[in-house]
Amino acid sequence: MNPSTRSPLTWAVHVSVLLLVVLWTMPTAGLLISSLRDKDQLAVSGWWTALATSSRNSVARAPSADSQVERDGKFVISGNFLGGQPGQVSAFGFSSREPAKFKPGETAELNDGERLTVQEDGSFEIVSDKRMEGSRGQRIFFTSATPPRFTLENYGEVLSAEGIGRSFINSLTVAVPSTVIPILIAAFAAYALAWMPFPGRAILLAVVVGLLVVPLQMSLIPLLKLYNGVGAFFGVPAKTYMGIWLAHTGFGLPLAIYLLRNYMAGLPREIMESARVDGASDFDIFVKIILPLSFPALASFAIFQFLWTWNDLLVAIVFLGTGQDQLVLTGRLVNLLGSRGGNWEILTASAFITIVVPLIVFFALQRYLVRGLLAGSVKGG
Amino acid sequence: MQLVAAILMMIAGVLACAAYFWSTNFILDWIFPSKGLSGAAASRNLRITNAIRPWLFLAPALFALTIYLIYPVIQSAILSLHDRGGLNFVGLRNYVWMINDGEFRQSIFNNFLWLLVVPALSTFFGLIIAALTDRIWWGNIAKTLIFMPMAISFVGAAVIWKFIYDYRAEGSEQIGLLNAIVVAFGGLPEAWITLPFWNNFFLMVILIWIQTGFAMVILSAALRGIPEETIEAAVIDGANGWQIFFKIMVPQIWGTIAVVWTTITILVLKVFDIVLAMTNGQWQSQVLANLMFDWMFRGGGDFGRGASIAVVIMVLVIPIMIWNIRNATKEMGGR
Repeated sequence: MNPSTRSPLTWAVHVSVLLLVVLWTMPTAGLLISSLRDKDQLAVSGWWTALATSSRNSVARAPSADSQVERDGKFVISGNFLGGQPGQVSAFGFSSREPAKFKPGETAELNDGERLTVQEDGSFEIVSDKRMEGSRGQRIFFTSATPPRFTLENYGEVLSAEGIGRSFINSLTVAVPSTVIPILIAAFAAYALAWMPFPGRAILLAVVVGLLVVPLQMSLIPLLKLYNGVGAFFGVPAKTYMGIWLAHTGFGLPLAIYLLRNYMAGLPREIMESARVDGASDFDIFVKIILPLSFPALASFAIFQFLWTWNDLLVAIVFLGTGQDQLVLTGRLVNLLGSRGGNWEILTASAFITIVVPLIVFFALQRYLVRGLLAGSVKGG
Repeated sequence: MQLVAAILMMIAGVLACAAYFWSTNFILDWIFPSKGLSGAAASRNLRITNAIRPWLFLAPALFALTIYLIYPVIQSAILSLHDRGGLNFVGLRNYVWMINDGEFRQSIFNNFLWLLVVPALSTFFGLIIAALTDRIWWGNIAKTLIFMPMAISFVGAAVIWKFIYDYRAEGSEQIGLLNAIVVAFGGLPEAWITLPFWNNFFLMVILIWIQTGFAMVILSAALRGIPEETIEAAVIDGANGWQIFFKIMVPQIWGTIAVVWTTITILVLKVFDIVLAMTNGQWQSQVLANLMFDWMFRGGGDFGRGASIAVVIMVLVIPIMIWNIRNATKEMGGR
């Protein structure tokens, strides 16, 4: 480090980077923390209060008069409205105007001569001298303090009930071949473009570079028509995994060919020439020499393509359909946003499941990812 | 059960692809053998195989590129001149409809906002962060964390940010971070993503959040490529930090900045997931890509109008395409 920059300025740099990092990480952190919180707490308090004891106001209804028991000549309805969950009642009341009039342990006189007592642990008793009537139970308002609670329940719920588990497999079925097939095809094409002389090579390269920027949207309608036509012709469904693999292959190829060609063109010529002198054919050279040497470039493209196909929504909902059995994770998440928009415990847990695989890939293989980015964008930089 | 079927399908698909390359090359070598033949015949066969083999290697790629990218571009252009079913020629009527359609004009306007703001801010933040993190010992950790949103899907990011923008009625405790901050400073909570015009910016923040890491990685590599001597010379001449950064470093990586800028610009034109998941174009936040998707399926689908919107997106990309090709051919000429 240059000594002239070791000054208050260095501190300013540290602080501002820290600030930026916090700014960039907090959204994801908030999602993760929220997905692990108890769903009732999640709905009433911000995730940044997750470690604090939260107090909430709620209302419970005592069982109806049917459940009263006679004891010592008095009639008693009892129960516990915390239902065994952790928490402490700090106040209670019986009318919505004064929901926190009484302290736990005190006895409240209800309007018709009944007496209500609520304990700290949430157990309550309504005692009356005469037999109670009415089919609806007494409403009890209470304020309870709940200690922070972290749980995997939200995950259990979305995995079993919301079809996320199924979609997870669908996403995997889409993403893995959609990553491997284009690499294979692009590697051969890139080798041909880099090392095999043939007429029209320069034009083909220019075409590939031009296709890099073609928006996916252009392809949707014609391909949809084509798929429907092919499907009808062969009597097979138009929306198949095969179809989506090929679509992802087609869309990923320009970048793959471009990246791999640039990498392969940079390999030393002598290796190939000496192999050829030894009698190796182009196919042998490619499989035995070029492929192993190109591993870094192949890996970086593989990561890109995997992230892209895993995270893709457009191609999947157009070419795989939106039926319950075919939805990929991203599509499922969009549906949940529509149908369960207010249920944050479901949304946060589902969202985290969809991003956990790319995050693992990202953190494990980050170095290759960066290398691939650099090879593609700033050559000779 | 489904898992087994899926795995079998995957293996079959990948194997079929590998089998193509292996078998075609085997057949080629079998028809025109070059080993074990006398000189003239061997060299003749070698010449033939050398002329054919590149095309064997290229065939699947060319096939896929043609079917999935070239043919659709032409077909979309043709379809945009047809009616909703794609059968009857209607001339430029779809384009006339487009110009007169309020929603389309709204989308174009919003798209220009996106194009102005997102690439600029992503590149700007990327550049600043790259410059700052290169100077500190934990810079790589910081970079990883800022780069991380790259791995998150647009839909996942939309959920993350929808949670941040979440709105609860005034008086109740806010669970959305933004409203909580606003309320803490004495403001009133807002339903951010339903505010016409301003909601565009709240959606853009998501894409900037995702793309800054990309810009940072590339620009940071470019900054490192600047020769030490130029910076040292500037230091000796008494330049301060800002001057070094903006007058010495930035001009030297101008080419890279342009690459990052255009890459994000292309992405902005294509992005529809964020808008779909956050507002689906309601509250005047529609953009071209989502509008096009909308018309593909709205009322059973209007392929003519959908295709004409796609053509507009394509036209917006063409200048970048030409610039790209020119740059690439220039570079390859030097090899």
